[in-house]
This record gives sequence, structure tokens and C-alpha cells, in this order.
Amino acid sequence: MSLWSYANPRKFLDRVEPLSRWLFAAAGACLALGLGWGFFFTPDAVNFGSSVKIIYLHVPSALMAINAWLMMLVASLIWIVRRHHVSALAAKAAAPVGLVMTLIALATGAIWGQPMWGTWWAWDPRLTSFLILCLFYLGYIALWSAIPDAEAAADLTGVLCLVGSVFALLSRYAVNFWSQGLHQGASLSLDRQENVADVYWLPLVIAMLGFALLFAALVVLRTGTEIRLRRIAALRARAQRSEGAA
Amino acid sequence: MMDLGRYAAEVLLAWGVGLVLLALLVAQSLRRARRVRAELERIEADG
Repeated sequence: MSLWSYANPRKFLDRVEPLSRWLFAAAGACLALGLGWGFFFTPDAVNFGSSVKIIYLHVPSALMAINAWLMMLVASLIWIVRRHHVSALAAKAAAPVGLVMTLIALATGAIWGQPMWGTWWAWDPRLTSFLILCLFYLGYIALWSAIPDAEAAADLTGVLCLVGSVFALLSRYAVNFWSQGLHQGASLSLDRQENVADVYWLPLVIAMLGFALLFAALVVLRTGTEIRLRRIAALRARAQRSEGAA
Repeated sequence: MMDLGRYAAEVLLAWGVGLVLLALLVAQSLRRARRVRAELERIEADG
């Protein structure tokens, strides 16, 4: 069976949406383990003291903020090229989740930055590109709400998503492009020298997996909701047409 | 109660903000899903 068959709204609701409860369960287990381990059973860092525990929320949320936008980009491209409605609705469903991930990353970063850098905020390349990404999320959600015609909204938000992808990628690689910022490099890397210390590594990876599973669960659930809302709108329009004809 | 040292306020504030935002997102998504599902069932039942 082709993967594209799941772009059928009925099939998505029947086959994919029920998976969300398993995804929620797996996410809950990973988050309880990763966050619980990280908060209660990892030592303070030599340089950062207990503030290192903020990493378990900050890094996974920042990762998902960027990945959510990239998922929206792929879904928007599928809509633009193949006109599958479910992919446009999946992009729409992912935006509020990505926005919350961005807000968590910005808030936890600011709270950590105040004692460590001596400031809540700096116009550092990564912080600035992340703030712009946050504004793109708000603009994307506002654009969906502002356009009554669903296909036009999907087209225009798809274009906005393409433009915003520049900032999603920039926020990921800004540290590498400009070395003058306050923000340090990646916490996890294939290069072992760049990784966080071993004692923080495993709970962090489990927390990241938990955030990824939670994102997937929420997107599947919210996509199902968007499909139903589309169906409600279609049924109401049909009822109004019948009343008008009668 | 574990000792978070001099950064206790920052750590608890960051975790509080993060977990509350996550909880609100999950609760809002589940509530909206339930409401919309019930509304569609009602409309389809009405014919």
C-alpha cells in the first residue's frame, strides 16, 4: 500500500489517528524517565551548578521548535506539489505545537541566561534567529485564521513556511556561522568532543525522544481535529445550499 | 527535598514554566479534539 493512501482523510482518521494514544503513552514514559532522571539523579555541573538541569527542557524544546518547522515545510511542499489536503492540515496542526516549543526554549534560555550571562536577553545570532522563528510561527497561525478560503490559506501559508525555513535553519546553524554570539554550540553532536558530559547525555537523549514522541502524538491528534473541522464546515455549507435551494 | 543550591529559583522557574506550557498544550489539544469530535457526531446524527 502506498504511503500516499494515508493522505485520504477517512483513512487517516481510521488508521493513523488511533496511533496517537500509543504515541502519548510512549511520550509520557520517555518524558517521565528522561526528565525525572535529569532532575533528580544527575549531579550539578562544576561551572553551572544546578542550573544545568534546565538543559533537559531547553535543548529538547529548541530541537523540536526547529524540527516542527521543518516538518511543516515538508508537509507544505507536499501540499503545493501534490495537493493532498491532509498534508496542509498536518502543517496547520503542527504550528501551535512548534510555537509552544519555541516559547519554552526562549523562556528557559532566558531564565538560564540571567545568572550565567548576566542578562535575560542578548541580540546573539541564535537567540535573534529563534525570536524571528517565533514571530514566523505567530504569523503562520494568524495567516491560517485570517483567510476564510481553505485552499488559498494552505497556499499562502505554504509560501510563508518556505520563507520561514531560512530562519529555522539559521537558528540551528547560527552558532556555526557567527562565532561572536553568547550562545554555545550544540549540546549533542556526532563529534564526541562537542557533547555534553556523559552523565547528562543519556537522560537528555531520552528527554529529546520524549519531546519528539509528544510532538508526533499532538500533531496526529490535532490533524484529526482539523480534518473533522473541515468536514463540519463542508456539511454546514451543504446544509445552507439545500436550505437556499428549498 | 533536594538541594538545588544558589540557582534553585532559576531551575524551579524554568521547569515550572516549561511543564505548565506543555501541560496547557496537551490539555487544550485533547479538549478541542473531544469537542470537535462530539460536534461532528451531532451534525452527522442530525443528517
